[in-house]
Amino acid sequence: MENSIHLHYEVDGDDFTRAGEASSDVKHKLKKLNVPSDAIRRIAIAMYEGEINMVAHADGGVIDVDIYADKLTMVLNDVGPGISDVSLAIQEGYSTASQEVRSLGFGAGMGLPNMKKSSDEMTIETEVGVGTKITMTVNY
Amino acid sequence: MVVNKIADLEGFSVVIEGEAMDREISGLYCCDLLSVAMGNAPSGSCWCTVMANMNTLAVASLTDCACIVLCCNVRCDDNMLMKAKAEGITVFATEMPVFEAALTIHKAIGE
Repeated sequence: MENSIHLHYEVDGDDFTRAGEASSDVKHKLKKLNVPSDAIRRIAIAMYEGEINMVAHADGGVIDVDIYADKLTMVLNDVGPGISDVSLAIQEGYSTASQEVRSLGFGAGMGLPNMKKSSDEMTIETEVGVGTKITMTVNY
Repeated sequence: MVVNKIADLEGFSVVIEGEAMDREISGLYCCDLLSVAMGNAPSGSCWCTVMANMNTLAVASLTDCACIVLCCNVRCDDNMLMKAKAEGITVFATEMPVFEAALTIHKAIGE
């Protein structure tokens, strides 16, 4: 298998103020690796939206990132409520976020659409009551 | 126009001086919904908003905004100030509403 740099992050489900720490860390590491800035931006957006979703809906989760020479893959795993209708959840503007989440400026129904738009490949595996696994790849 | 020139405009003050005060502003961006800003704020933009919390700074950092302008006299709390310092993000404040603030900076860029 091709060599990669592997990173692992635990996302705290209680703390909105800390959401973004994992994506911020990946962003700084990619800058040092001279990954093109457009790709860094897309990766940061996709990962941050994933972090926010984990805090807003799933009481946290884990993110595993693999950085290759020409692409980055990230796998976001949570044991949250799962998504009952993925095709609905991925529509812009559809949101099940709480009032608290909305008051922080989120919950516009843009999370999954932004993740899809920012990545070159995205797969969602989800089961209601079990959890959600989202895999995204960004090529550069 | 570079970031630190905003401080010279009437009605604007510096809240936090970031690392890139001499960075060129690519344009103005106005939005208060963070997820919308996340997907759309252009790199290098001056982001005018009334949404002042830690996540505003995270979005500004991840989208590579040049600076943030907090409008309508919105204040940062201590946590936000600490985060801005840590991330090196420049934050300005103004009493102006979002549109007026953005228009003032837009005009200054055109001069």
